[in-house]
Amino acid sequence: MSTLQMCLVLSGLIFGIGLTAALARSSAVLVLLGIELMLNAANLNFIAFWRFGPAPETGTGVLFVLFAIAVAAAEAAVGLALVIALYRHQKSIRLQEATRLKG
Amino acid sequence: MNITLVILGTVTVVSGATALSLRNIVRSVLLLVVSWFGIAALFLWAGAEFAAFAQALVYGGAVSMVVLFAVLLTRRNHLDATVPPPPPGRLLGALIAGGAVAGIIAATVIRTPFELANDEAPSLPVRRLGTLLMGPQLAALLVAGVLLTAALLGAVVIAAGRKDDKEGAP
Repeated sequence: MSTLQMCLVLSGLIFGIGLTAALARSSAVLVLLGIELMLNAANLNFIAFWRFGPAPETGTGVLFVLFAIAVAAAEAAVGLALVIALYRHQKSIRLQEATRLKG
Repeated sequence: MNITLVILGTVTVVSGATALSLRNIVRSVLLLVVSWFGIAALFLWAGAEFAAFAQALVYGGAVSMVVLFAVLLTRRNHLDATVPPPPPGRLLGALIAGGAVAGIIAATVIRTPFELANDEAPSLPVRRLGTLLMGPQLAALLVAGVLLTAALLGAVVIAAGRKDDKEGAP
């Protein structure tokens, strides 16, 4: 197994952990953390392909990762604001109890 | 086999899996910071210094603190930051789904022959990165800035709520 394949398998494992957490846990914060871990796995893929790819001096992988980190930070801020709004409405952040679409 | 990659990957995967299976959310977040720093170390190993520092600052510094604040603002009482474990049926389904995705990715990757172009880690100086960001990628940089501003303003509006909201009213 080459080093690139090891990187890709590793990022697949991290993605699987994040997916499992996002599907299994009922706390909205933990679901959000699982999604963040999946985003990190995707970033690892970009860096791995940039590292072993043909033209690293163009820096495409690094640039994509920088923009992905910026979008992920915005997503975390909005997601946690939604968690706080959910808590204000139903005094709980369990997703099973968030059955009411109407605010 | 690359020893550094194996060690960093093991630390990242083990801390991430442990973090997301704990009952106490505060401990989960603190352990997940280890996992995020592990990913930053992997970026550093691959030669992407700027992305590694951005990852460490944004995730280890900013996102972890925001998540901790959200946990502290939304817990049931002052001493309790724990959540009940998932029911066995849902846990089993999630494990099957996550394991299937990871397994399919791993099997596909191992069977695919890749042609590696570089043996040594490439270096991308920050100066070159800055030139790229300020030159060909300028439009994307501006869009990212506008997106961040809009998202953070929206987050403040959503989290602050309305003044006439009655306490506990749906």
